Amino acid sequence: MTDEHVIEINGLVKRFGSFTALDGLDLMVRTGEVHGFLGPNGAGKSTTIRVLLGLLRKDGGEVRLLGGDPWREAAQLHRRLAYVPGDVNLWPNLTGGEVIDLLSRLRGGIDEARRSELIDAFELDPTKKGRAYSKGNRQKVALVAALASDVDLLVLDEPTSGLDPLMESVFQRYVDEFRDRGHAVLLSSHILAEVERLGDRVSIIRAGRVVESGTLADLRHLTRTSVNAEVERPVQGLDDLDGVHDLVVEGDRVRFQVDTARLDPALQALVGAGVRTLTSQPPTLEDLFLRHYGDEIDTDPDAG
Amino acid sequence: MTGTGTFLLTFLRRDRWLLLWWVLGGVLLYLATVYSVDGLYTTQAEYEAAAASAGSNAAFTAMAGPPRALDTLGGQTAWQTTAFGAIVAALMSMFLVGRHTRAEEETGRDELLRAAAVGRYAPTTAAVLVALIANLVLGLLVSAGLTAYGLAAADSFGLGLGVTACGWVFTGTALVAVQLTASTRSAYGIAGSFIAIAYVLRAVGDVGNGVLSWLSPIGWYQAMHQFSGLRWWPMLLMLAGAAAALAGGFALFARRDYGSGVLAARPGPARASYGLRNAFGLAWRLQRGAVIGWTAGMLFAGLAYGAIGDDVESLIGDSETSQEVFVQSGSDVVTGFYGTSILMLAVICCGFAISSALRPRGEEENGHLEVLLATALPRGRWLLGHVVVTVGGVGSVLVASGLGLGAGYLLVTGDGSAAWEITWPVVQYAAPVLVLSGLGRLLYGVVPRWTVLAWAPLAFTTVVMLFGDLFGLPQWLQDLSPFEHLPMVPAEGFSWWPVLALSVVALVLSVAGQVAFARRDVH
Repeated sequence: MTDEHVIEINGLVKRFGSFTALDGLDLMVRTGEVHGFLGPNGAGKSTTIRVLLGLLRKDGGEVRLLGGDPWREAAQLHRRLAYVPGDVNLWPNLTGGEVIDLLSRLRGGIDEARRSELIDAFELDPTKKGRAYSKGNRQKVALVAALASDVDLLVLDEPTSGLDPLMESVFQRYVDEFRDRGHAVLLSSHILAEVERLGDRVSIIRAGRVVESGTLADLRHLTRTSVNAEVERPVQGLDDLDGVHDLVVEGDRVRFQVDTARLDPALQALVGAGVRTLTSQPPTLEDLFLRHYGDEIDTDPDAG
Repeated sequence: MTGTGTFLLTFLRRDRWLLLWWVLGGVLLYLATVYSVDGLYTTQAEYEAAAASAGSNAAFTAMAGPPRALDTLGGQTAWQTTAFGAIVAALMSMFLVGRHTRAEEETGRDELLRAAAVGRYAPTTAAVLVALIANLVLGLLVSAGLTAYGLAAADSFGLGLGVTACGWVFTGTALVAVQLTASTRSAYGIAGSFIAIAYVLRAVGDVGNGVLSWLSPIGWYQAMHQFSGLRWWPMLLMLAGAAAALAGGFALFARRDYGSGVLAARPGPARASYGLRNAFGLAWRLQRGAVIGWTAGMLFAGLAYGAIGDDVESLIGDSETSQEVFVQSGSDVVTGFYGTSILMLAVICCGFAISSALRPRGEEENGHLEVLLATALPRGRWLLGHVVVTVGGVGSVLVASGLGLGAGYLLVTGDGSAAWEITWPVVQYAAPVLVLSGLGRLLYGVVPRWTVLAWAPLAFTTVVMLFGDLFGLPQWLQDLSPFEHLPMVPAEGFSWWPVLALSVVALVLSVAGQVAFARRDVH
């Protein structure tokens, strides 16, 4: 690779009539990483991907895909990427096997051995016609076609929404393998556990902008760790510490949340009180996500 | 049955434009016929001449039905409309039933509705009711329209309510067809072949001893003898047939699983054939059914026209108006008639050309295009694949019409050189047909949401061709139809210039569409 970034987006703007779908979006994806692209429906994930694929024309900003211009050089660049849409629609009269062959040939070739290995692994019946497949099986067709191709970048738009847990783990195995060969994956999703499991870095998108981006460790740093402890003596000075929240003391049990950056002083205070048991939970991606979308949930009485 | 009423109202609302166009089209078929027959034959002698020649021509009998009372306005109207009116009602019923049953089931849309508190039969019953109501409205409007025109009321209602009952039979057969297969397209294919079989049984029966006509709902409709001694009892056959088919349809529906058909889906190939490797291969695979179907259909249409042979002379005989209609160039009647027939066949071929030009729109709407363009396929080449199929298909469909025409004529007359004279001229119409197709591509490239407008030029062209002189449309307006600029070979001499000019227009439109498509957002 001549450059380290396979996707470089700076200040991308896309409007549909008077509606601004992307409002100055920045996104960087490096080679050798699985990049989680998180956001609820309608935040602009699919629009971003469509601009990247050269389907939509940008209204502003800079977009580089694999070092090229995704609009002008779409066809050449697409030899090096494979795409799986979230809602896979197949031709009703073509079989899954035919679709896999067609897409691979259009991409410039297929690895026969890997094709049959993937069909076995995903337990796909390639002789069924497109109309006969369930949503999950249609997704498998697109996944097999994508994973069987020899490419540098996978663009996956909510690729597992129809897969059962068994198939999801097969999928994760192949994505890991793909990344371990040094390739990049852009994984758009709202399934947090999946991104947490696969993602090296994460970008959170909200209303057409990326509001947070970094490694999971970086992002965790910005949020709170929850701590649960049993102590011998009453803890001194915890409530005076900066960054400690929601402190609850019930006899010899202590529960609190602490800003991850201020974990150390809080633990020092605990140790001073004689720790008998301690559990601490790192922030989940869900916590991260809620931090950015929490206000929407708070103000929306219908949200569960 | 809970919820049937709600479904019915929803369907009627969703279909309001569709229903309007189908019903209006059907009514117009009857009213335009009575109007044009009335204008064509001005004296009783002309009626009698027409009746004598039409009655002795088996090709006409096969096309329209048994000739009865053709020396009257009512008899002519009934003869010319029954078969085609029945087909319009049948197609309308087929599409209405299919669209609310199998199409909804195939896309999975109505799973959501079925999960609500609705009876198992509610959506299907509502779909059938929409078709039954549409046929009833069509029949009543036809009856009222013909009565208002001045035809005998009882026979007018026989013609109108007869088409209603006939449409009801095909509502039933369509309901059976959609139970058979899991695919909407195949269901339409099966329902369509029921209609074709009914038409062919009737044609063979009418030409022969008449027995086979009694197996066809269209034959039952014509057996009512409208305007030639009206009798109502064949209506009972249609009502019984409709009831039996509907009962059969519901019984099949009750026995099958939701989402599947009675006929099991066959597995297909696990690997793509060598041909399915580029844009053209895919476009051909997606459109080949339409190309082959249209080619076969136009071959038969050509055969039917060709088989009229030289009888055409006695058929339109002395009527001055008909001379004007068919012999616009002042050459002899037979070549004039064939000049017009070739033009009509070419205009029909526009149906293929335009729908083929709009096929890419369907691919984009279904989300197929998104997946294709994410591969190394350039978008221009994708569209070009479809263009190649459209152009090749237009060639195939036109050549088939010409060959059919020539072969039909040759079979009847045995005159080879005259047959050739009416075989090749149809090819010159590739240019105007492709102009209309190019307009469709331009619309697709610029404003894909409005592609339905691509059909407007065909409607306009048809009106100009059939009624341009009759209605006295100004020449500049008629000249907007690309077909107006070609000589009516063989009645007139062939000329290269208009063909070349129109080819250039078609090319420019197509390229403009291609350029516009390359620059717009794909959804």
